[in-house]
Parts: sequence; C-alpha cells; structure tokens
Amino acid sequence: MKDFRYLDETAILRLSAEKCIGCGSCELVCPHRIFQIVEGKARITDRNGCIECGACATNCPVDAIYVNPDDGCGCAAYLINSWIAKIRGKAPSGFGY
Amino acid sequence: MPRVATTLSPRDKLGTIGARTGFARNKYSIIPGLYCVGAPDKKSPVLVTANYKLTFDSLRKELANLSVWILVVDTRGINVWCAAGKKTFTAEEIAFQVQDAKLDQLVSHRILILPQLAASGVAARDLKKLCGFTGEFGPIRASMLPAFLKTGKADEGMRSVTFSLKDRVVLIPLEICMLWKKLLAALAVFYVLSGISPAFYSWSAAFYRGTLLLLATLTAIMAGAVLTPLVLPWIPFRQFWLKGTAMGSIATFIFLLFGNSALNGIEKVALSLWICGCSAFLAMNFTGSTPFTSLSGVEKEMRRGLPWQIGAMMLALLCWIAGPFI
Repeated sequence: MKDFRYLDETAILRLSAEKCIGCGSCELVCPHRIFQIVEGKARITDRNGCIECGACATNCPVDAIYVNPDDGCGCAAYLINSWIAKIRGKAPSGFGY
Repeated sequence: MPRVATTLSPRDKLGTIGARTGFARNKYSIIPGLYCVGAPDKKSPVLVTANYKLTFDSLRKELANLSVWILVVDTRGINVWCAAGKKTFTAEEIAFQVQDAKLDQLVSHRILILPQLAASGVAARDLKKLCGFTGEFGPIRASMLPAFLKTGKADEGMRSVTFSLKDRVVLIPLEICMLWKKLLAALAVFYVLSGISPAFYSWSAAFYRGTLLLLATLTAIMAGAVLTPLVLPWIPFRQFWLKGTAMGSIATFIFLLFGNSALNGIEKVALSLWICGCSAFLAMNFTGSTPFTSLSGVEKEMRRGLPWQIGAMMLALLCWIAGPFI
C-alpha cells in the first residue's frame, strides 16, 4: 500500500520480543505486511503502516502483540454515535448509520 | 445441499445495486450453512466466508469450473473484514457451522480455507480444538482463490490489501445515499433560515436563497463524497478532513464562479464556509470505508477536524442569516 499512507506515529501497536516465539502468524495475516521474522523473532518493519485491524494480536499464540483494543471500524459517524452514547451512558449499536 | 451458480443473474445484479445504494440496507444476509459449487467430493477444499450478499457473490463468481464446498458463517449479514473487526466472525462461529453441517462426515480432509481478512476476528489456532479442523488463511481477494487453490500458496500480492480506483468508485453511491435523511432535515432548516429578511420574512427569498443553499450543499457532497474518494491518493494531506477541505475549496471556487453574482460578500463567505465544512466532514467520514486508516488515527483527526467543521458550518449559517441585513 505505497499509494496510501495514513497518520504517522499514531497507531497503537506493541510487540514483546520477549514473549515472541517467532511462529510467523503475524507476518502471515497482516494485510499491510508490516511484520517480518528476523532471526526467529517477529520485527515490525513498517510501524506507520499499521491500521490496528488486530489480525496479528488475535492470531498470536503467546499474546506477544498488543493493538488498540477499542473496536470501531474507524468510521467517523460511528465514532460520533459512540461518543454520544458514552455521554448518555448507553452502548452504541450498529455500524454508525 | 444448495448448489450455487458461479455467474450472477440479473436479479443478483439488481440486489447488488440495492446493497450498494443502501436500499433496505440490513436485508442482504445469506442463510448460513454449507453450499457447493460444481460437484465437490470428499477431497474438495472447503472455503469459509461471511453471510453478506456482496461477499458471497464476489466469492462464487470467481469459482467457475471449480468444485468446492462453501461454508457460510453467520456474521449477521456483514462482510468478512468488518465482521471480523466487530468479532462476529470468530473461530467459535466457524466451529458452530462446521458441526451444524456435519462437515467431518462430508470431507475426508480436515482443512478450512479462511479469508485472510477474517484474521482480525478468527484465531485460526482455536479451530482445531473447537471442531477438529485446521484453519488456513487464503488470499485477501476471492479473485485470487483459483490461483491459491492451484498452488496452495499465497504470495505477497495476494496477502496485501489494495484500494484501486474501482474499489473506491463502488463505494460512492452508498456514501451519497446514506445522506438523504440528513439532507431532508437540512432542507427544512435551509428554507426557514433563508427567508429571514429585514422585512421580517420573505417567502421569495426563502425559496430562492434556500435553493441556493441546497445547491451549495450538493456541491459539498460532490466534493467530499464523490471527488475526494475518486482522487484520494493524489490529494496532498494525510488527514481526510484536510483532503475534504481542499476539495471543498476547489468546489467553492467553481460554485462561486458559475454561481449567482447577486450574492453579497458575506453571503459568499457563508457559502464558502458551508461547502468547505460539509465537504471536510464527508471526507472524514470516508475514513471508515478505506482499508488503510486506523481507529486511533481517525479519532485523532476527528478531534482536530470536528471543531473546524462544526465551527465553519455554524458560522456559515450565521453569515447566511446576516446576509440580507448588510
């Protein structure tokens, strides 16, 4: 995705080299190809390419990856609805429309 | 066992138009369960997918001349990626359908091919203990499945998400059609506000100026919801609301150039702010339809962009009301 880049230094993504067993699941599932296994450990090669989809974290067998856990499909109308719902103390519903 | 066609009928295509324009938007579910294409046997591959019409169609139309099983999971009528993101497309849901279809009696192998974008919700490693099948992530796009099935491997191209002009174009009708309720509400406001005049209220001004404000709003929709998605990669700025403001500025220029010259300065300011503010919001809302924005990023740009959008729109309406008094 070289044509499309979003905000730098914004996505919440942490990788624990200590916990990582180098299984390669993250490298396989990432739709933006930002992981690489180097010498038996996963490495983030393009942190600013992360879109917080959570595929790596969901498929990490040793819980070595942390991604922004808030769900929400990054749609502004949905976020506004969920902010309003939070203020009113209700859970948001649907996908924003 | 329902056997499905690999070509889309005119009725399927009509349904696609409905889904793409938001007509009865929540009614595009496929009944979950097992389907087949061609004449699959015990050794044929099992493809797992979501129960959204557009998803199912885009999968089956790529399977011409193949014999495969299709396991449709209940993702509440939502596409693969969004359902996975919302955790309605999960290993548990897949396992449920595997058992419900008695898949273990139907095929001799124990492999499920999953769409790669399901990975946000599906922990593939859990499938084995849940249903005895192993989940393997296939390519992102259904169109790459024939190649994947032939070689059993997905290269980097098959595993990378893309966002071509065609991908963006098909999203535009829904972006527009989702607006009609808001537009109707706005119309009422436009015509009421536009009639306020030094002579208390002018019906002719309400009609004339209200229509002008409607045209300005349609211009903003063109800029933010049509032009911005079309030329997305070529607009400078990373933040979408800035892209929308840029496109809104160009649209404003054209609008005022070909528009009515009887407008006074403050009315021109009003329409400029209105078009740019609306366009900025619509462009910002398009973040949710793209495959390269993060939630943190969208929240960040909303914190910056919303005050500008709300401010611009409020100020625009104030200037619009003030117009006839100056």
